[in-house]
Amino acid sequence: MQKPRIPGLLKGLGVTFGTMAQTLKPKKLGGGAATVQYPREKETPTVRARGVIALREDNCTSCMLCARSCPDWCIYIEGHKELAPPRRAGGAPRKVNKLDRFDIDYALCMYCGICVDVCPFDALFWSPEYEYSEPKIADLLHDKTKLGEWMETVPEAPELEAGAEKKKGK
Amino acid sequence: MTDLVDRQKLSYIAAQAADARLNVELETEGMTLNIGPQHPATHGTLRIIVRLDGEQVIWAEPGAGYMHRGYEKLTEVRTFPQVTALVNRIDWLGSFANEVPFILAAEKLMEVEAPPRAQWIRTILFELSRIANVSLFLGDLGVQLGAITPVFMAFRDREYVLNLIESATGGRFHPNFDRIGGLKEDLPAGWITETKQVMKKLRNFCDEIENLLFGNEIFQSRLRGIGVIPAEVAKQYGLSGANLRASGVDWDLRRDQKIALAYDKVDFKVWTHPDGDSFARCWIRLQETREATKIVDQLLDGIPSGSVMAKVPRIIKVPEGEAWVSTENPLGEMGYYVVSKGDLGPFRVKIRSASFNNISIVPWVLRGVYVPDVISILASLYFILGDIDR
Amino acid sequence: MTSLAIFGADLPYWAQSLLRVLGGAVAVLLPAGTIVYLFLFKMMSFMQSRLGPMEAGPYGSMQLFAEVGKWLQKEDISPTRADKRVFRAAPLVVLMSTFLLVAVVPFGPDAYFTDFDAGVFYMLAVSSISTLGILMAGWSSANKYSLLGGLRAAGQLIAYELPMVLSVIGVVIQAGTMNLQQIVVKQNSDEIFGWNGIGFPYILTQGIGFLIFMIAVQAELTQTPFDMPIAESELVSGYMTEYSGFRFLIFFIAEFATAGVFALIASILFLGGWGVPFSWFGWAPAGSHEIDNWMNVGGPLIMLTKMMVLTGIIMWVRFSYPRFREDQLQRFAWKVLIPVSLVNIMITAVLKVAF
Ligand code: SF4
Ligand code: SF4
Repeated sequence: MQKPRIPGLLKGLGVTFGTMAQTLKPKKLGGGAATVQYPREKETPTVRARGVIALREDNCTSCMLCARSCPDWCIYIEGHKELAPPRRAGGAPRKVNKLDRFDIDYALCMYCGICVDVCPFDALFWSPEYEYSEPKIADLLHDKTKLGEWMETVPEAPELEAGAEKKKGK
Repeated sequence: MTDLVDRQKLSYIAAQAADARLNVELETEGMTLNIGPQHPATHGTLRIIVRLDGEQVIWAEPGAGYMHRGYEKLTEVRTFPQVTALVNRIDWLGSFANEVPFILAAEKLMEVEAPPRAQWIRTILFELSRIANVSLFLGDLGVQLGAITPVFMAFRDREYVLNLIESATGGRFHPNFDRIGGLKEDLPAGWITETKQVMKKLRNFCDEIENLLFGNEIFQSRLRGIGVIPAEVAKQYGLSGANLRASGVDWDLRRDQKIALAYDKVDFKVWTHPDGDSFARCWIRLQETREATKIVDQLLDGIPSGSVMAKVPRIIKVPEGEAWVSTENPLGEMGYYVVSKGDLGPFRVKIRSASFNNISIVPWVLRGVYVPDVISILASLYFILGDIDR
Repeated sequence: MTSLAIFGADLPYWAQSLLRVLGGAVAVLLPAGTIVYLFLFKMMSFMQSRLGPMEAGPYGSMQLFAEVGKWLQKEDISPTRADKRVFRAAPLVVLMSTFLLVAVVPFGPDAYFTDFDAGVFYMLAVSSISTLGILMAGWSSANKYSLLGGLRAAGQLIAYELPMVLSVIGVVIQAGTMNLQQIVVKQNSDEIFGWNGIGFPYILTQGIGFLIFMIAVQAELTQTPFDMPIAESELVSGYMTEYSGFRFLIFFIAEFATAGVFALIASILFLGGWGVPFSWFGWAPAGSHEIDNWMNVGGPLIMLTKMMVLTGIIMWVRFSYPRFREDQLQRFAWKVLIPVSLVNIMITAVLKVAF
């Protein structure tokens, strides 16, 4: 047993007391707890936060790239080809891909972001929204309307740090 | 030093005595105690089977594998970008650090090198994940020893680091930010100043923990001279990281190895401790957290400008070959041996994770100690379950 | 003068008994509740930069009732191989010791439950009954962790009983009585070399005794750094591992009620108990007869304040320190606390004779 030196023990008490004083200090003076009272106060997630995937349906060509590169295959896509009116008058009708089904199963998704990355037509986006838990696990399967609704919450991409190479316009 | 040798001798003698006790005729029946797989002290599902004589351990064996997820096999049916998302989950507290050696191995096979800016950012994030990982260890250490407050401080300040990682990569826990040939994106504006402030907070946190725990006499008397691992034994069992450095072996892959990270651009101290006991292991980690904040500060000042992505094809096919890259992860040496047959995904991946080797010393080091010390030794060896079972 | 004279001494016996039981329940449960809310919920949270419970009632003040409700709803489980009767009785034994302890605590000149001359002796005796309950719980649970916890608890409580007794002896020598009421009166009426501004709380002369007493109390209560018996990171929850529902609740209440009662006793022995220095009001220096009746209301409040300060310290230490190891803890008791308290007794005795 070491000889009890008082300072070490007292310092420990000092640290906890300091934290208590800091927590009790009014918010205005830079005090307050480190926690937030969740349903009442909310922290804003960062712009890049991977909360939920939003789908811009018009851009999607149902190319299946995202579904194929998803590591746990939780994207379900079905589509069919349709004839759309020609762009210019007199031209031949165009063939376009119509989405019948675009579901993401958030019970399986591991938020890796690969699908958003690989999409060649800019149809998928990350939104930092996170409040979509469900009492039933089956309800976590978001269909294309629901995924489309998330589009409103997608933020602008943030400015880049100094020294970064400017992105070529996509 | 003489002090230490005495202590080592004592613990050897205790171990010998424990061995001898098994053989005496009037043997009392030992009690077998399962510490885990569900036990508050093992953060995860590690099972330590110990035979007790009174409160003294006469035999111990770790039973790993309750959380085996088969990553090595999974990688064989995934493409390279998908594997990055998977290996994130090995050491879940310092997940970015798991991506780096794998990506480096793949880059080695493809013979591309990330541009300097990407390398610097990688190194910064690598150190941030080390801080996120080890600061939680510092808090958790208190819980294992009965002090409840440090863990909350750790969670409080680790949150700042996680916020930083999230604002740069998009993922708090599983960034998946590394790409073969560079990074997914550049840093968002304002990140550098923010990081500097957070590093100050983290140094403050280290001071707090030092005052609250490391300076505490009770804490010291719990850990000093307990679970001594001599340098020779540590090397034989293949320990790495802080566990090895605490035994006095000056070995750090960040400094000793030339890889495509920016460690050679900063100067930092590799801490070692001659004692090799539990206290040394914890103390080394505390110092390393401090050192990491300094490394980050230095890197932030000198970040070069330019692109963060080298020229790589959109569909990544890695040419045939084999590569081994290991880095100094928060828990110790972590490496990937990647065998590629020129496909979209690797043919075979061998993962060397630090914790698996670190707990292999458990039977040796636990023999002859008391039950309370089992906990403190396990805590000081510091393992992450995902890193053991993969 | 009978106890509870403020309510009129001419009540029938049953009514007096009822009053006493009620008073006892209040004296045990009220401090326990306050301690849990104020220190366990709030102070601990603040020390960990959280706010603690905030939803139930204003600032979470009703949280405790919610918790009690939760525990009462839970199933009362006893393990198949447990020794059922002993298993069920154990928490009650622990709680009983708390109630027995509070019986000798004087809250005011006339507000006490019993007033007998061997108060200190009785208090030290009944406080070790809880050890029995803990041993019973540990043994009967049929669980290895519980058994280890129970044995550790027994070893520790016995080891720390001794310094506690020895540190109290100093006070007893100085006061010349074992009656707690007398000790309080003495402290408030004595004077320090003719100066009677603050009475003569024994903490001034028995500072070492007070320190040892508080350390021993910390150990008796199995609070960190002496919480080896419940060491949650090693023994899951020690002797309480197998308990659930209201039996766990009883253990829980007993733990904090005992903390309160021990703090009360410490304030009686060392800090002057319920009294204010009698000279302030010109009360007679000896005997409790001349003291104004309002002290029967003011006394408990003063006691409560002192108790809160002391439990605050106990809890503060609990939230800041890691725990000792079993053998270190024993060594600390036998090699440090007991010799020091013996020396303390010796010095006190010598000084007592000298002055
Ligand atoms: S984020 Fe990853 S797991 Fe989720 S849907 Fe996209 S690719 Fe699949
Ligand atoms: S990759 Fe993009 S365009 Fe192709 S199916 Fe997925 S969302 Fe649609």
